[in-house]
Amino acid sequence: MTAVRAPTAPGGVPAPVTRVARGRAGIVAVAVLVVLAAAPLFLAPFATTTLTRILVFALFAVSLDLLVGVTGLPSLGHAGYFGAGAYAAGWVSINVTAEAPVPLLAGLAVGAVAAAATGWVTVRSQGVFFLMLTLAIGETLQQVADSWESVTGGANGLTGVPAVRLAGAPLANIGFLYWYVLVFGVVGFAAVALVARSPFGAALRGIRDNEPRMRALGYSTSLYKYAVFVVAGGVAGLAGSLLVAQQRLVSPADLGFTTASFALLAVIIGGAGSLWGACLGAALVIVIRDALDLGGNGTLVLGIVFVLVVYLLPRGVAGLLPRGGRVSAPRRRRASAPPWRKGST
Amino acid sequence: MAEGVDVSVLRCAGLSRSFGALKAVDGVDLTVAPGARHALIGPNGAGKSTMFSLVTGTMRADAGTVALAGRDVTAMSEVRRCRLGMSQTLQHASLFASMTAAETVAVALQRHDGSTISFLPRRQTAVRERAEELLADVGLAGRGAVVAGSLAHGERKQLEVALALACRPTLLLLDEPAAGMSPAERARLVELLGGLPAGVTVLFVEHDLDLVFALADAVTVLHLGRVLLSGSPDEVRASDAVREAYLGTGHREELFGS
Amino acid sequence: MLVSVLNGFSIGFLLFILAVGLSLVFGMMDVLNLAHGALFLVGAYLGAAFSGAGWGGFLAALGLAAVAGLVAGGILSLMTEPLRRRSHLDQALLTLGVAFVVAELLYTVFSDDPLSVLAPPGLDGSVSVLGAVYPTYRLALIGVGSVLAVVVYVVVERTRVGALVRATVADREMVSALGVDNRLVKAAVFAVGSLLATTAGVLGGPIYGARPGLDAYVLILALVVVVIGGLGSVRGALLGALIIGQVDTLGRVLLQGVEGAASFILFASLAVVLVLRPQGLFGGPVGMSR
Repeated sequence: MTAVRAPTAPGGVPAPVTRVARGRAGIVAVAVLVVLAAAPLFLAPFATTTLTRILVFALFAVSLDLLVGVTGLPSLGHAGYFGAGAYAAGWVSINVTAEAPVPLLAGLAVGAVAAAATGWVTVRSQGVFFLMLTLAIGETLQQVADSWESVTGGANGLTGVPAVRLAGAPLANIGFLYWYVLVFGVVGFAAVALVARSPFGAALRGIRDNEPRMRALGYSTSLYKYAVFVVAGGVAGLAGSLLVAQQRLVSPADLGFTTASFALLAVIIGGAGSLWGACLGAALVIVIRDALDLGGNGTLVLGIVFVLVVYLLPRGVAGLLPRGGRVSAPRRRRASAPPWRKGST
Repeated sequence: MAEGVDVSVLRCAGLSRSFGALKAVDGVDLTVAPGARHALIGPNGAGKSTMFSLVTGTMRADAGTVALAGRDVTAMSEVRRCRLGMSQTLQHASLFASMTAAETVAVALQRHDGSTISFLPRRQTAVRERAEELLADVGLAGRGAVVAGSLAHGERKQLEVALALACRPTLLLLDEPAAGMSPAERARLVELLGGLPAGVTVLFVEHDLDLVFALADAVTVLHLGRVLLSGSPDEVRASDAVREAYLGTGHREELFGS
Repeated sequence: MLVSVLNGFSIGFLLFILAVGLSLVFGMMDVLNLAHGALFLVGAYLGAAFSGAGWGGFLAALGLAAVAGLVAGGILSLMTEPLRRRSHLDQALLTLGVAFVVAELLYTVFSDDPLSVLAPPGLDGSVSVLGAVYPTYRLALIGVGSVLAVVVYVVVERTRVGALVRATVADREMVSALGVDNRLVKAAVFAVGSLLATTAGVLGGPIYGARPGLDAYVLILALVVVVIGGLGSVRGALLGALIIGQVDTLGRVLLQGVEGAASFILFASLAVVLVLRPQGLFGGPVGMSR
């Protein structure tokens, strides 16, 4: 018999894991959730706000990981859908209603629609062209946000977004806001994790590993990539609506190149394909950017982190774990590299 | 079809494909009868691989038609052709590096078991059981939990066959199934291919003529992009033209020895 | 309309100077250099620093930018060397990190308020062109740009050095098999390409100014040019740049009234080209992934 395998990370296939290992992973997950749920009872308001930002960015990073890690589509423009969702949720809150599920659904829908509108050409391009096209989409959406003043507020952004209302009462309290973000963040995470473990998710990993072979097996891979692109856009839009609930304003920078790059950084730090890793990476990015007092040099430090990660952690934090999820580390073997990992050889 | 019922599983007519000035495949007609074990052979540069790609649909023909069980599939993608019952193994075993053997077969099975691909996790008991069965059929019983990349070369080829069979093919296309195999692995492959259900028609490209004559009941010889001869193994063995084509390109050692 | 066409040409030539380096570095070395926009930004801020100091200042900015470009190109070439066997994404991430570091350092030194850049004396006025009033500097830019374009074209297409570059684009392994040190060729192309990018930054200063976010904006423009023209082709980069220059300015004129619409033109042209001709309008199948 082979040795007991480590529990697969979310994003991994439901491999034949021993019941004990699966139980242990479940206990860890529940413990993490309990700690997260109890956090605002112990933390100072500033720390709670930072944790809220982390949750928002983690959900965004997880949606990107569905593209980058699970399907092998390295997008540099994913912030476009995040920001589109944020603008939609903000606009709806100002002009229609801020009552709870409405801004969320608006963000989700607009994120998915924006991804659907731009995705078809994008998923049919290969390798470096995919990078370029997604980059162009993100930049285009940012310019739209910048110039469509009557809706987006132009360069100043969309300001004066009212607090989310739950059953008529505004969620002004930092703690309540945190729980609101936590609940829908967990829902979004669970949705992505389920998709990653589904038969559809197995097909996505097949595409990541060997797209031509999947076509030969009768999978119209473009369709699958398009579907996951739209799903990821929708989840990013959901994360965007949580963003606007937290910071009560949206600016063009939220859908720009920098935001997209930092999300990619979070995914890479965590180890592409590992959804938990993406959350840890998101935490690191937000802590460096917002929480540490770096005298406004957060971006500079993150740029350095970028460079270091590429050299020192080619498989992310998940790659450091000796028993890291088998499928969660697509770069483990050279031969297993997804197409965009193969380089020029 | 207008001229009556077409009983062939595969019928190619006038297939042509050029690369610049080189006519890799030049007006090839090929008919594969139901249940046949049909070999496509020829010296290097005969156009076997191009022909194979034209049939599977990975490459488009410049001219000519491909019909699968009487249905014109010339304009269809390889994806559509696979859905219609054409399944292939690739020359260089080309699998999913992050998946186990069982998961690999399951991915193919879930596409062809008639259900839609779910966005939510499923138990897929039937798929898992069928995958184990297929693995056992190709001699990989008990190897299902091994990551595809860690399998031995011969085992990977066996897995390729299981993968192709998982697509419920009526026509199975094998591109050099024995390439790079040890004699022992070859013997096992002959046994495996010989034991395929009679309902599956097989068309295979192969270099190893011993293997061809052990398995095939029909042989088509390509030479310089054209059909040199199509007939029974005995006819091919007896043909001076075939002998000359092979000798002419310096493949003495490959000739029908032993 | 004439003004728009002239604007298109001036932007087009500027884009060519910017994009040709990106194109060659990618075509030759398969490195997608996302720090290319940051290099442009270096030039733009150098131009801003010497703005208003007359011709001496302008030339000093050009000289400093050239040196900075050469050095930066050499460093980038060294930094990407260990990633040779890795993927486009790894190289892209590395250069992205470098771009952030460079841009942040620039904002720290020059503040992150938008700076405007004056054209050198004598070129800061307007002239009358066929009845239309047109900024002299932009006319001069068309002149300088076309001269530079011709120089780059002649060097790459007609000289021995250029032949080596083109051969490397076509078949890297073969060139190294001939005993030419690949890394040296790469470093040289990287350095010259970066020099052109910083130079373009100084030249573009009076048009774009120097501001945060400019690096991403010009990077996208350059990428669009490179994709449309075909990776690794000088002629493609030139024609792509001129086309994008015209499309961009014309689109802005035509869609002036429609908020946000002008931004879609670039994406739309990129999408159209990639759908119809994925290898670019003028490229061979070189950089196309299999």
